[in-house]
Amino acid sequence: MSHNHDSGFAHPAAPKLLIGVFVVLVLLTILTLFMSTVDMGLMGPFGFWIAMSIASFKAALVLLFFMHMYWDKPFNVLVFLSSSLFVILFIGLTLMDQSHYKKSVDEYPRQPDTPNMSP
Amino acid sequence: MAVVETENEAHDDHHDHGEFIAHHFDSAEQQFDSGKLGIWLFLVTEVLFFSGLFVAYTLYRVLHPEIFDQAHVFLDKYLGFANTLVLLFSSLTMAVAVRYSQLGKNGHVVWYVLGTMVCAAAFLGVKAIEYTHKWDQGIFVRSAFDYHPGHHEAPAGTLAHALGVSEYLIWLSIIPLLLVVGFAVYAAIARMIEKPNASFFSACMAIAIGGYFIGALAGHFYMEITDGGLGGRSEKAAALMAYENETHSDDEHTNKPVDHHDESAVEQQRAESEIAPYQGPQSDEFDQDVGIFFSIYYCMTGLHAIHIIAGIAFLAWILWRSILGHWRSDYFGPCDYVGLYWHLVDLIWIYLFPLLYLID
Repeated sequence: MSHNHDSGFAHPAAPKLLIGVFVVLVLLTILTLFMSTVDMGLMGPFGFWIAMSIASFKAALVLLFFMHMYWDKPFNVLVFLSSSLFVILFIGLTLMDQSHYKKSVDEYPRQPDTPNMSP
Repeated sequence: MAVVETENEAHDDHHDHGEFIAHHFDSAEQQFDSGKLGIWLFLVTEVLFFSGLFVAYTLYRVLHPEIFDQAHVFLDKYLGFANTLVLLFSSLTMAVAVRYSQLGKNGHVVWYVLGTMVCAAAFLGVKAIEYTHKWDQGIFVRSAFDYHPGHHEAPAGTLAHALGVSEYLIWLSIIPLLLVVGFAVYAAIARMIEKPNASFFSACMAIAIGGYFIGALAGHFYMEITDGGLGGRSEKAAALMAYENETHSDDEHTNKPVDHHDESAVEQQRAESEIAPYQGPQSDEFDQDVGIFFSIYYCMTGLHAIHIIAGIAFLAWILWRSILGHWRSDYFGPCDYVGLYWHLVDLIWIYLFPLLYLID
């Protein structure tokens, strides 16, 4: 039942570290909320990207410490991070193609002869 | 080569080995590493699974940013914020539970897993309040979108009316109510027939699922205090109208002006919609557009909620095994894996919260 740092593969994270990460996550959440509450005119079009950067930083904290990636095998890290590569490809290629979809997105809600589906 | 349930494995551990070490693994560590790679691969598929919805979101937002500006008025960012905190806290308790499982302290794991489950259920309770409040106002997916602002009372004589809540909420709450009652009753029965573990587990499950009602009550009182969420129902509707007028008179307000094929018909329809009563979801262009936002919203948050429900089921399994005292410093894999899954659910919400609630 004692500390088993020498048992090989378990890396128990210190409670202080976990609580510290939690506090930072909460503060960042408050910051995001605050940013959306105050006038975003200050930041203009960057507001979205700042919010996404904060979210990504939070995600990195969760991955590194809550999900133990910091102590994990590099191969597991590579496996998981490869998913973000495919997500970026997925979103990026779809956006590159957006002019192709625009017409169907625009027309879809406003087709004149759409049957009325709710009474 | 069968090395099961013997002390063949040379680990520097004084415990006897192998109760849960499958015979095709050389060592506990090899088994753990295999499982870990497996769960990371599963999480990759989860990320890709969700990414389809993120693509739908991105594409629609890029093509029609003005719709997101209009639709976010319907979402209460403080409820979303509260739910974010609840999920972050549940991630913390899960991380601590994993720590104690690594140290073999099963008794601690029980309480921290239970805390995680209560938070998970409370998240769903708040979500139920959010959903049912929207359904009351006719905010459904696009094909059924039928927005009618104002205060919605349940018909007199019903339970919902007596409690002052939405009828939808009553229906939604039946499942957790049955589960709480069922587990509580079984906890009592198991106690009488002297199955202490089963009794304790059932009692824990009743408490965990009871978290739903904590969340629902908190959400309900928030709605009562604020008169239907941020700004109140009527103000919200007024803000919406103002926004519509603003975009109507000044298209440059949004980066991308509304692109309609027939401007004059649109103008006419807009003018009519300000005077004429609501004509149904297919006749109002604004509802059609906002309806698409809510199709995306319900798909994303709904899929996330399904993951929360699945997470509660997995956590119940971890809870049961913690009660049986299965975790040791060389065997804590399942707890770690479920923890990873739970953190991923939190991770997805970290992105969903600013994307859906904090549009400005």
